[in-house]
Amino acid sequence: MLSSGWGRYPGIETTAHQPATRTALCRVLASTPASLIARGMGRSYGDASLAAHSVVMTRLDHFIAFDAEAGTLECSAGVTLSAILAVVVPRGWFLPVLPGTGFVTLGGAIAADVHGKNHHHDGSFSQYVDDITLLLADGSILRCSRHEHADLFHASAGGMGLTGIIVAARLRLRAITNSYIDERLLAAPDLDTTLALLTQHEQSTYVVAWLDVNQSGARRGRGIVMLGEHAATGGLETDCRRPLSVPLDMPAWLLGRPVTRAFNALYYARGARNADSHRVHYANYFFPLDALNDWNRLYGRRGFLQHQCVLPPAGAREALGEILRSVTASGLVSPLAVLKGFGAGNDNLLSFPQDGLTLTMDFAHSADSLALCVRLDDIVVAHGGRLYLAKDAAMSAATFRAGYPHWQRFQEVREKYRALGRFASLQSQRLGL
Amino acid sequence: MLKVLLLGATSAIAEATARRYAAQGARLHLVARDSERLSTMARDLEVRGATSVTTAVCDFASPFDAAALLDSANTALEGLDVALLAHGVLPDQTRCEQDLAALRAAFEVNTLSTTSLLTALANVMQAQGRGCIAVIGSVAGDRGRQSNYVYGASKAALEVFLSGLRNRLCKHGVQVLTIKPGFVDTPMTAAFKKGPLWTTPATIADGIIAAIENKRDVVYLPWFWRAIMMIIRAIPEKIFKRMNL
Repeated sequence: MLSSGWGRYPGIETTAHQPATRTALCRVLASTPASLIARGMGRSYGDASLAAHSVVMTRLDHFIAFDAEAGTLECSAGVTLSAILAVVVPRGWFLPVLPGTGFVTLGGAIAADVHGKNHHHDGSFSQYVDDITLLLADGSILRCSRHEHADLFHASAGGMGLTGIIVAARLRLRAITNSYIDERLLAAPDLDTTLALLTQHEQSTYVVAWLDVNQSGARRGRGIVMLGEHAATGGLETDCRRPLSVPLDMPAWLLGRPVTRAFNALYYARGARNADSHRVHYANYFFPLDALNDWNRLYGRRGFLQHQCVLPPAGAREALGEILRSVTASGLVSPLAVLKGFGAGNDNLLSFPQDGLTLTMDFAHSADSLALCVRLDDIVVAHGGRLYLAKDAAMSAATFRAGYPHWQRFQEVREKYRALGRFASLQSQRLGL
Repeated sequence: MLKVLLLGATSAIAEATARRYAAQGARLHLVARDSERLSTMARDLEVRGATSVTTAVCDFASPFDAAALLDSANTALEGLDVALLAHGVLPDQTRCEQDLAALRAAFEVNTLSTTSLLTALANVMQAQGRGCIAVIGSVAGDRGRQSNYVYGASKAALEVFLSGLRNRLCKHGVQVLTIKPGFVDTPMTAAFKKGPLWTTPATIADGIIAAIENKRDVVYLPWFWRAIMMIIRAIPEKIFKRMNL
């Protein structure tokens, strides 16, 4: 069958194995002579989960143990973060780090070491993972943590599935009294104001800015800074939205210049109008796009690229200016762009977040947008930044090596656990891993 | 608190249904042939909120004692409100055309084991004067097609059996529910190419729970299969026999 990531570019003919038990998973590994890669919900954007043989983990979606007193949870890798929240929220617990969608598996969240709107305080997902159970190349199952097989732990968290197949993990939860977030929106008419507001409000638990990158001149980089705090009162309701679906591939012009500019102008106006604090359910706050199934079809059959970089603090302002000028000069538009400040990085060899600013933009896939990404990559590298592997579909091996200085150490750990050549994706081949 | 017995509990549809009941705090008794999967599933359902989960290993392809099986379920659950019969096999049609053992095996699991269980269950439910027996049939049982009439016939036999049983038990306050799912993306259908008519076990589970709550007799899941099968059944045999279905 034809398989692709969430961006629907690139695609590959793949044999998708779908084991329902750990025994069946081991059998898949033993009986597949070629290299393979684990895949969860297919929410990484590019080619990180693509290979001629993939192991789809979504049927290994069982909870193993939940200590509602201590707030610790153990589950199989195929459980989604939404499913975890549905079980733990009614009992007063929450996931300490949430990405922009609940439709990712636990295994995928660890492999990409995902981050959320609270990275500047709380770090990334793997920092709440106590241990990871991995199926290794030799067919053995090994539990690794910061104390046991620590090299394997720090290579696997953020390691994009290239060390082995994550089968289960134990994590620590965060206590909550209710499932609501108090949100405040602050309008910023230009990039400097957006950056100033992000810094000024970094004490807030959740901070992120939606950015209009399709404006030039004085409005370039205008944005809505969104702050969030866990609410003081409210019930422990779970997500009970009934998602709508995009039933078919939309025409490519839909998210072209006119609609994108109009949408962003409306979004800005709405944000500027709603400056007061208001209470929203966590699902609407963290996963607004989960209310629309298959929203990636909005970009049409050719799919889209998502470009997410992090820029170290020193040259971040200058680099952002260069990036925004390159985007407007290209004539391409980004329907949705997000800017946020990261806190310090962690000890994992390939985890993306590091101190600085992270900018995310979407572009409809075309030869022009691929060329634009190359120009953007050069700006990022020149300023000592890096790109997020979970979003990447196109960066060069040189860009990767420049951004991830521990890549050789990563390869040594893979070699030690005999993962080289056994676990590989289109992405790992492109990046020379 | 609902007391639910799941036969063929590790089937994708039964597991999705069990998760819904677990979230409601039900007591569950699971019967299936694979003990590894049963214990994984039992722990999972406990975390999801089930008040208690017990399991029993039984292979419905071999002879088994239906009465003893129900006895131990009744003891474990301390009563019985809902029994869902979800086990079944999708036999290889072309193989069944040559190999009588394969043909018999399909009927053994899909028809004979199910009707044995239903007979034992009917007596328990009739005696207590309440409860629900829900059985997974198939739209394939609505009309024989050359591509899978062995499977279809094994499910069609159930349909007639269930209609008789419903007629008998309705006087005793017992619901008998025939569930006819269309194309569902499960391990049983892993080899099929999926299209827009396909649905997930979770959607089917929602439909099953609603049908039990609403005391339905026969449901197609999702609903649009009722219309599709009405058309397929309406085609005159003279024409139907020449079609490639």
